[in-house]
Amino acid sequence: MTTSSTSPKTGTASEATPTTGRGWFFGLGDQWNSLPRPQQWAWLVPVVVLIYALPLLNPPLLTTEPGTNFPLALFDVARFALIAIGLNVVVGQAGLLDLGYVGFFAIGSYVAALLTSPDSVLWHIPYLWTLPLAMAVTMVFGLILGAPTLRLRGDYLAIVTLGFGEIVRLLATIVEPLKGQVGFQSVGHPPGTNSEGNAIFAVSNGTPWYWLCVTITIIVLFLVGNLERSRVGRAWVAIREDEDAAEIMGVATIRFKLWAFVIGAAIGGLSGALFAGQIGFVNNQKFDVPTSVLFLAAVVLGGSGNKVGVILGAFVVSYIPNRFVELAAYKYLIFGVALIVLMIFRPQGLLGARQRLLAYGRQAYLRIVGKPEQLSSDSSLKGEGDRIS
Amino acid sequence: MTEPTGDDRRDPAAPDPGTERASGTERIGRHAADATPAGTAAHTEGGVELDEQTREEAVQRADEHTEHLAAEGPGLVPDGEGSIVEQLAHMTAEELAEREAEVAEVVAPDRDIAVEVGDTLLSMDAVTMRFGGLVALDAVSFDLKRGEILGLIGPNGAGKTTCFNALTGVYRPTSGQVRLEGQPLGRRSRHQITRLGIARTFQNIRLFGEMTALENVVVGADARHRTSVVGALLRLPRHHREERQAIDRAMALLEFVGIAHRAADKARNLPYGDQRRLEIARALATEPKLLCLDEPAAGFNPAEKDNLMGLIRKIRDDGYTVLLIEHDMRLVMGVTDRIVVLEFGRKIAEGLPSEIRENPAVIAAYLGVPDDATA
Amino acid sequence: MPVISTIVLAQGPDWIQFDVEAFVSQFWSNTIDGLAYGSIYALVAMGYTMVYGVLQLINFAHSEVFIVGAYAVFFVLSALGFGPSAPNLSVAALVGDLVLAMLVAMLVSGLVAVALERVAYRPLRRRNAPRLAFLITAIGASFAIQYALFAWRGANPEPAVIMFRPKPVFEIFGATIDSQQLVIFGAAIVLMIITDMFVNRTRLGRGLRAVAQDPDTATLMGVNKERVIVLTFLIGGILAGAAALFYVMKVPAGVQFNGGFILGIKAFAAAVLGGIGNIRGALLGGLLLGVIGNYGQTLLGNAQWTDVVAFVVLVGILMIRPTGILGESLGRARV
Repeated sequence: MTTSSTSPKTGTASEATPTTGRGWFFGLGDQWNSLPRPQQWAWLVPVVVLIYALPLLNPPLLTTEPGTNFPLALFDVARFALIAIGLNVVVGQAGLLDLGYVGFFAIGSYVAALLTSPDSVLWHIPYLWTLPLAMAVTMVFGLILGAPTLRLRGDYLAIVTLGFGEIVRLLATIVEPLKGQVGFQSVGHPPGTNSEGNAIFAVSNGTPWYWLCVTITIIVLFLVGNLERSRVGRAWVAIREDEDAAEIMGVATIRFKLWAFVIGAAIGGLSGALFAGQIGFVNNQKFDVPTSVLFLAAVVLGGSGNKVGVILGAFVVSYIPNRFVELAAYKYLIFGVALIVLMIFRPQGLLGARQRLLAYGRQAYLRIVGKPEQLSSDSSLKGEGDRIS
Repeated sequence: MTEPTGDDRRDPAAPDPGTERASGTERIGRHAADATPAGTAAHTEGGVELDEQTREEAVQRADEHTEHLAAEGPGLVPDGEGSIVEQLAHMTAEELAEREAEVAEVVAPDRDIAVEVGDTLLSMDAVTMRFGGLVALDAVSFDLKRGEILGLIGPNGAGKTTCFNALTGVYRPTSGQVRLEGQPLGRRSRHQITRLGIARTFQNIRLFGEMTALENVVVGADARHRTSVVGALLRLPRHHREERQAIDRAMALLEFVGIAHRAADKARNLPYGDQRRLEIARALATEPKLLCLDEPAAGFNPAEKDNLMGLIRKIRDDGYTVLLIEHDMRLVMGVTDRIVVLEFGRKIAEGLPSEIRENPAVIAAYLGVPDDATA
Repeated sequence: MPVISTIVLAQGPDWIQFDVEAFVSQFWSNTIDGLAYGSIYALVAMGYTMVYGVLQLINFAHSEVFIVGAYAVFFVLSALGFGPSAPNLSVAALVGDLVLAMLVAMLVSGLVAVALERVAYRPLRRRNAPRLAFLITAIGASFAIQYALFAWRGANPEPAVIMFRPKPVFEIFGATIDSQQLVIFGAAIVLMIITDMFVNRTRLGRGLRAVAQDPDTATLMGVNKERVIVLTFLIGGILAGAAALFYVMKVPAGVQFNGGFILGIKAFAAAVLGGIGNIRGALLGGLLLGVIGNYGQTLLGNAQWTDVVAFVVLVGILMIRPTGILGESLGRARV
């Protein structure tokens, strides 16, 4: 246990901002939490509108041009955000270190490519149908990988998932129908043409792809939020906190871990299919282990277990190499060092884990103690009793 | 889960059990005094005895609340102004006693209340546990009867914790069987055993530190629920119903164990004593038939121990069966109905506290040892 | 899945075929070559297994400790005039050069391993951080070192350095054993025996085993835990440095910034296979994995299958017998 948890607070429960001393930035979450619903919406709607308007505004300081096309850079951010949300289900909520997430991403990409690219010998279907199909296929793979391995202890699981990610990449190289480095050209895209007869979802046109990805991300965010505020999300957090105690309290741990794995896989597959559609080309070069670690860095950096945090982390990890192109070559070095420094000085990431786990929580807490729950936290990376001494 | 039951399963007019609790004929209920054995004064703790009619009214209000959960939202909120905690602070002793009856009703909403007292709930049948060459338990047999508080005692290393672990399914016995209501636990996984109706607390507290107290208890309540992942994803009606029920019961449970004011705090920030109470609330939330407490008074001062004794009795009076492992002899003698004594993995005595106190074998094995536990 | 399996079934014969004939005809040469590869895995696996035994930590960055050693070997040998063709040296001079390269590699790898412990892991131990934090740090360190090498030396492998031409020494079951295989296998065995004796016979080794069994009690009994931990990393690093020499001997053009990664995974698989935390298990696991990988490669007809086979073996072992063949003996029993 950390020192903070061995000394229980003796003060009254009415500490308004338990985050004092950590600065206004980290206290924002608690302030937000104590706002009434209408006010929260009044803030959220303009923010969402702004997010959608970004590629059109192309704001001077934020823009990544001339280095990188700004809408495409934004699509990259949105894609990373989607991936981070998916990986966060596995790592942040259920506490399972998955280093092979890129494997699911790759499978999603290949599903889209195999079913839409003219290079593929398979029958072809409209691109949008590949999105749910990619999710279904990756879920099956998640099940195949998870069912035997989720009984393993955490660090073994990490290595096995790493192996899985690598196997997917190797198979893409070895298995001839997957065309290795040659890959698949002209992967499909959503239908529609503009007034000049060009496809709206062209490879070079980032804006519609960005909007599509943001929309999907928001939907996924809602659905994942639903899970979080249900017995499923509570089971995940319970497993993360103390797996044995969770099982003894009646949580079917293996089943819920498998669900976390499968749901994370589905989101990874979805983002993979989106990625394949946007860049229009899939080969074996984009799914290596460093990419997987980059995904993990997004989650850990932002704050695993915190949906806003992981989106922030995804933004940092994907935006900085695009904005400061001269840094791009060093991104793995930078994020590798960042992970070390972070674990030493701020293991909870930029924003600590926070989750609301009750569907009627707001009402319940107000009724019982007259104030919202305590949200701020140190880290989701703490399984009590699982320490290295 | 099923809808809250109506009055049909309850028998408020059960005969006064008095001292014949072991006869196997009478029924117990949440109506505390009905099941209180002679000599223990569970319900006078608050200083107020409720008359039958007032209690009936309280129970009825609780039932109505449970029925209207969907409309009212979770939480048994009194009629006054402010949150539950604020209102509790301003209640008179009589109001508190009435409130307690109401809460106790929500805590145990649809338990099989009209159970036979004294029939066997759980039986250890010649359970032997061997670790390598070490025999930790040697053919231990005893029964737990419905509605009793059984104490399991013994000197250090006597096999209490092993016995406890065998009984709660953490260990599988080398030979022999543990049966709950005649069903062998067999090779069931631990969460299945919880669903069969055995809940436990931990000697070294194991709460979900990053969850609030309320969320901790709701995790326990989830054990009885069946919302699927798809149901939760799409927020189907069952999810809403179960979520309301779970939170409602969890709120009542926190109040029942006396830490309602901590509901919104993270478990790891609770004071030590409140953490122990929270563990009990979380275990009760799984709607167990048998609640196993592993040294619940460890680290408590005498006043806290007295409070805990009151709580344990209250739990039993609410219709639960309790197994208690404890070192503190005053607490064990004061609260249990029956005691089983282990030494070197063998059962050396079993009987009423008064019998155990005078049993020469026990005195030799345990009480005779100059140990601060006997103080 | 249904899609992919359809392709696999429809076109299977094109890309996957079991070359049983080659497997049988090359069985013994594969076995011998596999043992040589396996010796390298075993030496690297020692680093994983010892750190795990003492700290219950998978030192993910150990593969980079190894590859840094390989760079050291490359630079020393390049400076000594080795290049893409085998040098014309007397046996004594050759042995002298190789021993020098090995010593430098051992020193460099040992220092990197100790530095890693100091910079990355010790602060976490001070803070009593959870296991996941250690693992993430290890991953971060692994990538930091890899991409620091990348920034320094670029993406391409370093030019090959050939140490000597393997000459056939003797034959067994119709397969030739060459001098290179013999040197690698022999040297690895000797190093493993020395390590095993060090751990089992010396005072320092006793302290190491004590910490592995129960760090708290060992500390109470006067064992300097910090020193033992540094020692563990040091020994692991030294063995990885030795492995680096043999690796360059076997794969002369294999010095590349990410060259340690796959080998690291295989070495870890070897450690798990033999029973992680168990020194003799690491040797056994390494040799087995080297041989199995070679069989798989011949049977399936593509060098990259070796890696797939290694992963599958790892997963299989973890499924069936997570404590490995010999079980964990250096460390505590797994909970």
